[in-house]
Amino acid sequence: MNSTPNEVDKKILKKISNIDISKLKGAYNIRKDGKLFVRNTTPTINIVSKKDKDGIDIIIKENTKNESVHIPVILEKEGLNDTVYNDFHIGENADVTIIAGCGIHNDSHKKSEHDGIHTFYVGKNAKVKYIENHYGEGTGDGKNVLNPTTIIYLEEGATLEMETLQIQGVTSTIRTTKAYLKNDSNLVIKEKIMTTDSQEATTDFYVELNGKNSSTHVVSRSIAKDGSKQQFSSNIQGNTKCFAHVECDAIVMDDAKVVAIPRIDANNVEANLIHEAAIGKIAGEQLIKLMSLGLSEKQAEKEIINGFLK
Amino acid sequence: MLEIKDVCFSRDGKDILKNINLKFENNKVIVITGANGSGKSTLAKIIMGIEKPDSGSIYFNGIDITNMKINERANLGIGFAFQQPVKFKGITVEDILNITAGKKLNRSEICQYLSDVGLCTKDYLTRELDSNLSGGELKRIEIAMLALKNSEFTLFDEPEAGIDLWSFNSLIDIFENMKNNTKNTIVIISHQERILNIADEIVVFDNGSIKEIGKKSKVLPKLLISSKNGRYTKEGNE
Ligand SMILES: Nc1ncnc2c1ncn2[C@@H]1O[C@H](COP(=O)(O)OP(=O)(O)OP(=O)(O)O)[C@@H](O)[C@H]1O
Ligand SMILES: [Mg+2]
Repeated sequence: MNSTPNEVDKKILKKISNIDISKLKGAYNIRKDGKLFVRNTTPTINIVSKKDKDGIDIIIKENTKNESVHIPVILEKEGLNDTVYNDFHIGENADVTIIAGCGIHNDSHKKSEHDGIHTFYVGKNAKVKYIENHYGEGTGDGKNVLNPTTIIYLEEGATLEMETLQIQGVTSTIRTTKAYLKNDSNLVIKEKIMTTDSQEATTDFYVELNGKNSSTHVVSRSIAKDGSKQQFSSNIQGNTKCFAHVECDAIVMDDAKVVAIPRIDANNVEANLIHEAAIGKIAGEQLIKLMSLGLSEKQAEKEIINGFLK
Repeated sequence: MLEIKDVCFSRDGKDILKNINLKFENNKVIVITGANGSGKSTLAKIIMGIEKPDSGSIYFNGIDITNMKINERANLGIGFAFQQPVKFKGITVEDILNITAGKKLNRSEICQYLSDVGLCTKDYLTRELDSNLSGGELKRIEIAMLALKNSEFTLFDEPEAGIDLWSFNSLIDIFENMKNNTKNTIVIISHQERILNIADEIVVFDNGSIKEIGKKSKVLPKLLISSKNGRYTKEGNE
């Protein structure tokens, strides 16, 4: 196994997880072209390859504090269809940051695809921050496809904050997230997506609030440009005394299309569920304000988009 | 110097501005006042290029700017603090001040402009310019932006709205400061007597026309009398 990163590896890693591979610390597992590239474990975070299928088990001991795990995936070999199963077992009272992400470099006309199925088992009172960035590049007309599935089980008092970002180069994505919450647990999801050209992005959230005082906050901000298409759907099931707030905000430009399908089910009189969705073009008054500060219309548009996706 | 010549503006069959002629001289504070709906904000928008007049022209330092874009006017030296500040999702107070300055400001500069409008930097720097800020807070930030911009010609549309009495003096200080630059002209649209008091000249709008114009010493006493009689806000009742 040659685990010396080339320039493309370095660039992609920087894009998706803002890391310099030579300075990488803590636990990590880098996967490249369907194979393990390099791995490091720590006394409290173990990573083992699955025997029955492609993927890894990440085992984080209870009470592990202030540690991080990087598990980026790089796809550079053309025409590869890589499916991987990663399971995270997070011990009670742990407090960790997990940085995942996938970057595709595709100069061919063949399709490159990565489907990551991530399952989180978050122990009692544990706290997880999960960051996932998706990025594609390359000169070919081959499609870059990323279909991540995230399944989250939160034990009592557990919290998980998931931040996802996809702003460039992904031709098609179907993002599925399912979560099951027990008592006093909390799930925060912040999604940011920008699609251009003829890209398509679909995101699907399903959250079951099964435990008393469980809560969730889902915020999706997206920009659809050119002829791209996006669909956002969320389905929140409030089965007990719980709270949910779903916010979907989209800016549509050019000939793009955005569909938002909200669903909130209160299956209990104590369920308090809110859904807000707003889709529209960049507000004219925002452009006017920035132009009155001396920015051209294009610069103004850029600042508005940058802020929106920040 | 900014000059408005024969500007007319009507919408939906209603004459909103009727043949407006005005000259704003350098190094002056001019306060425009008049009843709600008399056309003050519309004139400000026409000066900034946000609305186009149906006829007439606008000159800035002798240049005809009537057909110029908003940003071209801004870059010539025209600034405008909106009556209703605009909200932005994701853009923070720090971001908007950097955008206004056209460069990254350091903390002490930002602190200066925010404290001038009575806001504490550490509480506000990373706040987004959205509905999480109150109307008064947004208004102060809007004023801080224009103070930072320090354009040769700046229009403030009802800057006192939503600003409490305590901050009023800071507001006046900002105008005085801007006026220290002898090239600068400040035009304030206001209903407030305390703002009228700092004017060199007062322009009174009435139903789309200029009803009265002149030095403060001449116009203000008349205004105060007519407002006591409840007539100042009613049109065509002189
Ligand atoms: N684009 C437009 N289309 C239709 N009507 C307009 C337009 N712009 C302004 N108006 C109308 O013109 C009138 C003058 O509005 P303007 O905002 O200039 O008043 P104002 O003097 O600033 O009032 P206020 O003191 O309440 O701020 C109002 O009746 C307003 O509804
Ligand atoms: Mg007005």
